[in-house]
Amino acid sequence: MTDAQKTERKTAAFYDVDGTLISTNVIHAYAYYALNSPSMLDRVKRASKLVGSLPLYWVADQYDRKAFNDAFYGNYKGFTEDRLVIIGEEIFEKIIRPNIFEGAHSLIKNSKAQGHDQILITGAIDYITKPLADYFGVDHWVANRLEIKDGIATGRLMKPMIAGANKALWVRRYAEEHGYDLDGSFAYADSGSDIPLLSVVGNPCAVNPDFKLKTTARAYDWPVLNL
Amino acid sequence: MTQWMNNQVRILDDNSLPRYMHFAEDFITYKFPEGTRVLYPNPPMAPIKNRRAAIRQALNNPEGGVDPLHAQLKAGMKITIAVDDISVPLPSMKKPDLRQDMLEIIVEQLIENGVEDFEIVVALALHRRMSEDEIRRMVGDKIFDAYYPHKLYNMDAEDPDAIATLGQTELGEDVQILQRAADSDMLIYLNINFVPMNGGYKSIGTGLAGYKGIRHHHNPETILKCKSYMDPKNSALYSSNERMGRFINEKLNVFHVETTINNKMYDDALMFLATPEDDWSPSEHMKFRSMQWALKKLPRKGKRALFHKIPADYGLIGVFAGETEAVHEKTLEKCWQQHAVKIKGQADVLVYGIPFASPYNVNSIMNPILVQVMALGYFFNMYRGKPVIKKDGTLIITHPCYDEFDPEHHPSYVEFFNRCLSETNNTQELRKWEHEFANNPNYIEMFRRGNAYHGVHPFYMWYWGENGRDHIGDVIVVGAENDHVPSRMGWRTAKTMDEALEMARETHGEHPEITMMHHPPFMVADVE
Repeated sequence: MTDAQKTERKTAAFYDVDGTLISTNVIHAYAYYALNSPSMLDRVKRASKLVGSLPLYWVADQYDRKAFNDAFYGNYKGFTEDRLVIIGEEIFEKIIRPNIFEGAHSLIKNSKAQGHDQILITGAIDYITKPLADYFGVDHWVANRLEIKDGIATGRLMKPMIAGANKALWVRRYAEEHGYDLDGSFAYADSGSDIPLLSVVGNPCAVNPDFKLKTTARAYDWPVLNL
Repeated sequence: MTQWMNNQVRILDDNSLPRYMHFAEDFITYKFPEGTRVLYPNPPMAPIKNRRAAIRQALNNPEGGVDPLHAQLKAGMKITIAVDDISVPLPSMKKPDLRQDMLEIIVEQLIENGVEDFEIVVALALHRRMSEDEIRRMVGDKIFDAYYPHKLYNMDAEDPDAIATLGQTELGEDVQILQRAADSDMLIYLNINFVPMNGGYKSIGTGLAGYKGIRHHHNPETILKCKSYMDPKNSALYSSNERMGRFINEKLNVFHVETTINNKMYDDALMFLATPEDDWSPSEHMKFRSMQWALKKLPRKGKRALFHKIPADYGLIGVFAGETEAVHEKTLEKCWQQHAVKIKGQADVLVYGIPFASPYNVNSIMNPILVQVMALGYFFNMYRGKPVIKKDGTLIITHPCYDEFDPEHHPSYVEFFNRCLSETNNTQELRKWEHEFANNPNYIEMFRRGNAYHGVHPFYMWYWGENGRDHIGDVIVVGAENDHVPSRMGWRTAKTMDEALEMARETHGEHPEITMMHHPPFMVADVE
């Protein structure tokens, strides 16, 4: 491939969302769903289960993001699709929007100005991600999708699950299918579980990193942002 | 016996003692051949004893036909006070910093005259943000506690709402300034003139501008047209700032306060380091050898941290206030009095040691790009008239050239060094990446929200060395601990000074004229 051809290829900025662009996470979002359940009994049941499972989620997240997702998304079992959509928009307005990092706006604005396509890649569910994607005006986004049967969530995620190394796989495939130059592309993430995602682009960047990611970023001289 | 040419120039003979040179965080010594000329800084000028009285005197008796500061102040005015950042002086001065003295006096005058709407801005341009502790140290507890962070803050040259473009100079240069300053009834600039390059129109033309303005003079073409950065009359860099500064002064009411400091970089106990080795007492020789031995035993990080914590005992030698040009003329006069060392004739071979600090790595690491800027930018330009070294002469520097970077302060330097310089060290070719680095969203956010230098900064540091690169024929680095750093810089290496001088002789003959500049403390050679 010639240099001219290389420069003609599109570039993208891939963003993890929770902890990277916003200070909330999937648990906050689910808590909102749980606390807004139509039945009082269901509300109490879901909230108690969530609180009781928090240590388990923490352990699962430290061990493997996929394990965490398997354990966590079961909570959505029984929600109707209509409710997930409506409350998803509420969650964006009430929880996510006020918790967008100040620097996220200018990061995305400057990245757009440099001609990079903006792509969100998140382990959160699509009902919550769509309003955020619309808000940032990104070019594309991918999130986890709940399996819905007869209009009701089964508590399982559809494949491919967006987490850990799968994010990297998704980015590589997406770049190949859509002609993106990954060497010239950027990726932003906050967690050690996203090291594979960051590793597939030419310009990885650790944002508000956890210890594992910060250590890796320092070892490889990746930029570290605190948004 | 060593001969004196004048007080600060010594010609060595067979009996002369070895000279010491900075070697990053260490010292090395070498017995130079007979006939070597060694330049020493002037002794520190006597400091003004009552600094605060001198500052008040300057504010009340301004230069350039303007009214005293207090006479210009009226209730309800909007005022911006800008102060130089941590890059001057080097090392930081002992507390209280001069900026603290100036601020406390000026703020008191503002309040006495009913001015409530004032803000204090650290004039960073594209330098890194100062930390809270650094600002506190610079302005003192009283000002910090009263005004930080709402009325005392780092400027943000990448905030589109914070920088105004006032127009263009007659040469089409974009003139930028802090929006707050543009909106103010008066801009008061408080400067510390460390070397003649500082201050004057450069304070505002560069210090309060963003990339769009600074790119007009921080480029290879302008740098190549500079005879010396230290000689404003022969510096294209200063001329560009002068055009911008005059443009700004026509639109804004600028009240400039400039201070000049002496070169007392060391405490009394270590001041012998600034004097010829032949004049040291036996106990001073012992002290130096003990220090050298102790430093060798310490890990580099420890030495670095230690050195950055030792402030200098600078004394105020001049303070002037009022109109920029009139103030700066007086300031420069004082600066030259302190720094100028007269010499006759240029050298075939110039030698200097590179210390652990530059204006851009305060509390940080002197990375390879900064070693380059000290060697070819700052130290090379420490002259007025002609360069100390002849055209196509050989420069010998001493530095380990370690491949170390501070990821928080210099993230874009890492990429510049590993990606760009590994491909080419041709300045014109390197320029193709400037725009990309300047607009890299990662570097912009690290600059705005972290403590990183602007993404474009390594390019400026490289350009800054361009007139040195253009003039000098060959650079030999003594003591480099690797090959790749000197190689990327385009430098040759020698294990010892003997070897380096032998290499120089291959170019300049058996008896080259060798000059060593024995700094820091800094001097500016006035070359006839």
